[in-house]
Amino acid sequence: MTAPRTIYDKIWDDHVAHEADDGTCRLYIDRHLVHEVTSPQAFEGLRMTGRSVRAPEKTIAVPDHNVPTDPSRLEGIKDEQSRIQVEALRQNAKDFGVEIYDIDDIRQGIVHIVGPEQGWTQPGMTIVCGDSHTATHGAFGALAHGIGTSEVEHVLATQTLIQKKSKNMLVEVDGELAPGVTAKDITMSIIGKTGTAGGTGHVIEYAGSAIRDLSMEGRMTVCNMAIEGGARAGLIAPDEKTFAYVNGRPHAPKAGQWEMAVEYWKTLTSDEGSHYDYVLKMNAGDIPPVVTWGTSPEDVLAITDVVPAPESFEGGKVDAVRRSIDYMGLTPGQKLSDVEIDTVFIGSCTNGRIEDLREVAKIMEGKRVKAGLRAMIVPGSGLVRLQAEEEGIAQILQEAGFEWRMAGCSMCLGMNPDQLAPGERCASTSNRNFEGRQGFKGRTHLMSPGMAAAAAITGRLTDVRDLM
Amino acid sequence: MEKFTTLTGIAAPMPLVNIDTDMIIPKQFLKTIKRTGLGANLFDEMRFDRDGNEVEGFVLNQPAYRSAEILVAGENFGCGSSREHAPWALLDYGIRCVISTSFADIFYNNCFKNGILPIAMPKAQVDALMNDAEKGSNARITVDLEAQTVTSSDGDIFSFELDPFKKHCLLNGLDDIGLTVENASASIDAYETKAAQDRPWL
Ligand code: SF4
Repeated sequence: MTAPRTIYDKIWDDHVAHEADDGTCRLYIDRHLVHEVTSPQAFEGLRMTGRSVRAPEKTIAVPDHNVPTDPSRLEGIKDEQSRIQVEALRQNAKDFGVEIYDIDDIRQGIVHIVGPEQGWTQPGMTIVCGDSHTATHGAFGALAHGIGTSEVEHVLATQTLIQKKSKNMLVEVDGELAPGVTAKDITMSIIGKTGTAGGTGHVIEYAGSAIRDLSMEGRMTVCNMAIEGGARAGLIAPDEKTFAYVNGRPHAPKAGQWEMAVEYWKTLTSDEGSHYDYVLKMNAGDIPPVVTWGTSPEDVLAITDVVPAPESFEGGKVDAVRRSIDYMGLTPGQKLSDVEIDTVFIGSCTNGRIEDLREVAKIMEGKRVKAGLRAMIVPGSGLVRLQAEEEGIAQILQEAGFEWRMAGCSMCLGMNPDQLAPGERCASTSNRNFEGRQGFKGRTHLMSPGMAAAAAITGRLTDVRDLM
Repeated sequence: MEKFTTLTGIAAPMPLVNIDTDMIIPKQFLKTIKRTGLGANLFDEMRFDRDGNEVEGFVLNQPAYRSAEILVAGENFGCGSSREHAPWALLDYGIRCVISTSFADIFYNNCFKNGILPIAMPKAQVDALMNDAEKGSNARITVDLEAQTVTSSDGDIFSFELDPFKKHCLLNGLDDIGLTVENASASIDAYETKAAQDRPWL
């Protein structure tokens, strides 16, 4: 009998195309997602060496990082360098025969939202993209992770990646979430526990009843931030919910092959007695609504908490925490719920899906964004935007005082016109609170969409449970 | 990737220690779509003033070193961010070899992906080559990768250490892609055929 294997072991084993004597593997890549910022040099590399894209039908391209999110973008992107990067992606897609969802295409959006939405993302696949949040696709029981530009070129040319295997880590979350607590609170609380380097060298499998109870959208939120915990990838074993989500999407397996696919997907669970190098168990009932107070995603506290004192941290961290609190303009001992904000950003590949917008709409019903706040909603894709309009959510949110934008990465990173000004403080549903991430000297507090909506109403960090 | 066998050329002396990737190519040039063309901005903030005029004292602005192909540099060359733009900028300018006492790890590896030979040598030898480089364009240094030697303009020969696998790749102009094509193409073909049978929906 073979040794019990985890889902990661199984996907890995099914994708080793070549193993060298020193254990270096060429891992076969089933799907490659390409965006405008990290791919131009890779395509140029192919041109210079006279190579082609080995499997264009397994590759899709979508511009997202640099694109403006106001409708005038259709008349041309004003920032010249961004425009050139987007045009280059268009030309490269055309020259190398890769399908592109361009900025005037209703299917355009953040690459990690588009993939699942189009049925490109399926259980058991290996999926890569020149972007660290590729881990999102792990929610389907796929092995998905980010790569650098040289590796993008390597995958384009050979459909493989030179890899060494990571270790297995299990994060098990059992029990029921309290009202007002969401997938975002789960994934942030995990990072708060493990730290940003806790998952280094590992692929995390998220399991337990609280994870199984999540919708596919919620599972994507959880896996999205595996990278913030330092892991190479995060994944969740596929189940009926997964199959139902994939079924009928444009690139899903067609009738005739569907049954065969599902049969295979059902084998993608970790065997009883599988070995994990590291195990973390959490009780879902213990997780409160959380926010970040500092400039690292591990700086997570319950909304009912206070800004910590630097001296309360161990050795090497004291200076980093002091710098972080200073950058954030906070005072140790200050109640987090007293921290006033001036900007609300709802969107990103962490929380830009329809379920997230529904959650915001639920909190906003009959309420208004506090006067003087800048509050924007950026749907993760054109299709999410359309669906929200059809469900009447867009109208609720606009009437409440939110700006309703076109799809893109937007204020998740300061690379397009949506940016924080120096000193501005944002309640954000994105995934990184690094210095300058949302704009030079901007201050970011990460939280769930419901918490961001609550902050929009009161103008300060707010416990969403007070408004439910 | 271009092969690296032997190189005889002008060496520019840059005795500064800790030359980081931000100095090599400042971040405002990362929004480019090309890996080529970065040579114009190599060492941009040291090489040009705010108005874009050449800074007179900077080594690569001096007539003797404008066509340098080798850098002799202070310790810990290439530290800082992992940007592959740094070796791209050096290569585009025409630098194929950097000699120093030590290199930052990621930069060191990135060089090999781009056909650049980074040579780490003991301080006494780097000092000797630095003196040699300071003589200007008449002092040509020769690098022989196969023999793993550097010959000064006076004929002094210094040998250096290098990982045999990296040497093989550079000598044959093999980048990772070239290697995968050379070693694993048949396996990838076979894998695709089998996967298409096992999982035809892919
Ligand atoms: S939304 Fe943010 S994290 Fe996601 S791909 Fe875009 S920039 Fe990266």
